[in-house]
Amino acid sequence: MEIGLHHYLIVSAILFGLGLFALISRRNAILILMGIELILNAANINLVAFSHFGGLGVDGQLITIFVIILAVAEAAIALAIVLNLYNHFSTVNVDEANTMKD
Amino acid sequence: MDYTLKYLPLVILLVPMFSFLLLAFFGNKLPRKGDFIAVSLLFINLALSLIVFFAFAQTGKYSYTVDWFNLGKGNLNFTAGFVIDELSSIMLIVVNAISAFVHLFSVKYMEGDAKYKKYFSYLGLFTFSMLGLVLTNNVLLMYVFWELVGVSSYLLIGFWYEKPAPQEAAKKAFIVNRVGDVGFFLGIMIIFLTLGTFTFTDIFAGIEAGKLQGGLLTAAGILLFCGAIGKSAQFPLHVWLPDAMEGPTPVSALIHAATMVAAGVYLTARIFVMLSADALTFVTFIGAITAFISATIAITQNDIKKVLAYSTISQLGYMIMAIGVGAMSFGMFHLVTHAFFKACLFLTAGSVIFGMHHVQDIREMGGLRKKMPITYWTFLIATFALCGVPFTSGFLSKDSILAATMAFANINGGITYIIPIIGFSVAGMTAFYMFRLLIIAFLGEPRNKEKYDHCHESPIQMTLPLIILAALSTFVVFSFNPIGADSGWIMQMMKTPESLLTGTKGMIYHIVDRAEYTEMLHHAHYPAMFLSLAIAGLGILLAYVFYHWKKVDVEKLTEKIKPLYNFSLNKWYFDELYDATVISFTMAISRLSAWVDNKIVDGVVNGSATVTRWTSFGSGKFDNVVVDGLVNFTGGLVGFFGLIFRKFQTGKIQTYIMFLVFGIIVLYFMFR
Repeated sequence: MEIGLHHYLIVSAILFGLGLFALISRRNAILILMGIELILNAANINLVAFSHFGGLGVDGQLITIFVIILAVAEAAIALAIVLNLYNHFSTVNVDEANTMKD
Repeated sequence: MDYTLKYLPLVILLVPMFSFLLLAFFGNKLPRKGDFIAVSLLFINLALSLIVFFAFAQTGKYSYTVDWFNLGKGNLNFTAGFVIDELSSIMLIVVNAISAFVHLFSVKYMEGDAKYKKYFSYLGLFTFSMLGLVLTNNVLLMYVFWELVGVSSYLLIGFWYEKPAPQEAAKKAFIVNRVGDVGFFLGIMIIFLTLGTFTFTDIFAGIEAGKLQGGLLTAAGILLFCGAIGKSAQFPLHVWLPDAMEGPTPVSALIHAATMVAAGVYLTARIFVMLSADALTFVTFIGAITAFISATIAITQNDIKKVLAYSTISQLGYMIMAIGVGAMSFGMFHLVTHAFFKACLFLTAGSVIFGMHHVQDIREMGGLRKKMPITYWTFLIATFALCGVPFTSGFLSKDSILAATMAFANINGGITYIIPIIGFSVAGMTAFYMFRLLIIAFLGEPRNKEKYDHCHESPIQMTLPLIILAALSTFVVFSFNPIGADSGWIMQMMKTPESLLTGTKGMIYHIVDRAEYTEMLHHAHYPAMFLSLAIAGLGILLAYVFYHWKKVDVEKLTEKIKPLYNFSLNKWYFDELYDATVISFTMAISRLSAWVDNKIVDGVVNGSATVTRWTSFGSGKFDNVVVDGLVNFTGGLVGFFGLIFRKFQTGKIQTYIMFLVFGIIVLYFMFR
């Protein structure tokens, strides 16, 4: 079986769905961050796949590298926020960080 | 001399006004409340009017007119001015003389009255208005002064306004006069509409040119005469004058005997030349009816002032009648003589009332001759004058009038013979009631011993005017011939002017020219004189028989003719008649309009208020229920949806993302 674009897109869609599910259903801030990483990587797979199959050279790979770099920066800042959240509330459950609500 | 006539009349006019203002504003600060100023000003005024009179006698008629104001685009010019002719110059003297004597008399009479100052200032105001009325050459200005006279007379009649009777009398006088004034004003309007002028000379010129003639001229004459009916207390508006006796007695002498009531006669004399034959007939009959009615009433009255009041009305009727029959100068002559002797009579009555300590009923008097000799003698002379006894002024003027009525009847014949008959019978009645008054009040035994004992002669300030006025009631003042006034100065000066309508015929009246009239008058002179002497003598004799010698029992006679006696005593029931007709009619109308006001107008107002209330209640309900309901419903709806939608606003980002995802999925399936 020839591995074509569809396979990549299906893998990417599954990955995106899992990421989104993690984003929606988890209460743990770190798990939410992991969901975001999954979504970003699903997008990365798409970029590389479209780049490869669409004959666009290495444009997709380039943008993917930028996305990975951004994801690293984002993860660093997000973990810093989660660390502060933990310092403040002694938990990483986002539902309990609701003091701005009332 | 020209300047005398140009400015002096204005000075004469303004002097009493000055007296009025001075006393009204500074009276309380002046010594004796300023009465001596008022009195001396009036005597100065009398002297000035004598100067004007002699200046007039030398230079003749003088008229002075200035522009008063313009209306519209300059085509309605109103002028103001005065005229000095034989009428006004003589009237000036009469008014000022009577006013001056009354001022002097009042100093004692009103002594100690709480409103002493006010009294003298009112006298000044009245004299001012009367002089203005006399002087003016303009019927509009005359109307103005006419009303001023009415106002000042109102003030003076109601002088003792603390008591109810003077209040009523003042109101009655004012309102009754108003009735006549309406006619006067309508007459003025007719004249202005047709002739466009108010000045007497222009009016007469316009009538001579034929701009106003026929029925309208008659109407204008009768309407103008209506003013005289009110002011001179002629039938049917004579009812106010007897009631006006509620005022102080000197006021009665000034206003209700000599001057104010003469205003109507003066007006009639002024407009004499423009009166048409029918208007003159009206004037004649009004005068005759008035003279007759009031003479019959005077016979039975017991109040000394009431008797004099009715005799005044009767004599005014004479004057009006004289003007009516075409003897205008005789009417004016009688006005002058009557002014003096009637003022004298009223002042003697005042003296009696003063001496008797405010008793006015003649049945309380009697025998006053011994106690008040000066009053008695002056009263006697004035009574002689009023009765037309020879050697008095009244004899001259009254005989002239009676002769004129005879001449009038001889010219016109038929029904007009009733006029001299009335004239002579009134002369007889006058003699009778005046001597009845004289005998009851002054002769015989005192009826009220206590009052009699306290009675005293009046002081010199009061008797002096009486003596002067009595002296002025003798024939020498007016003519040196005791039986004929034709050669006297007043008749030489005052000739009846030729009527503008000479030769015209009315229904029963024929205006003949002067020459013919004088001829008829000449024939009538001696018969009239003897007849009137006989009748006056008969009246006096009867009075003595009834009241002095008591040959006839008056009480029994009264019982026999009870209905007639009551009819006269109750003044022909005029007041009752007016009560029953005019007044109750007016009251009925006012009640009706009060009812309309209360029920209909108020009903409409209340109804609209009720409608408004109901409407506002309805709109209030609409506002509360519908509008507020809608607003509340909207709010409630929004709140309800808010309650639902706030559930979605959890603040949890994960929930939002979930909705977002579901939303995208839904959109994807919708727009696929």
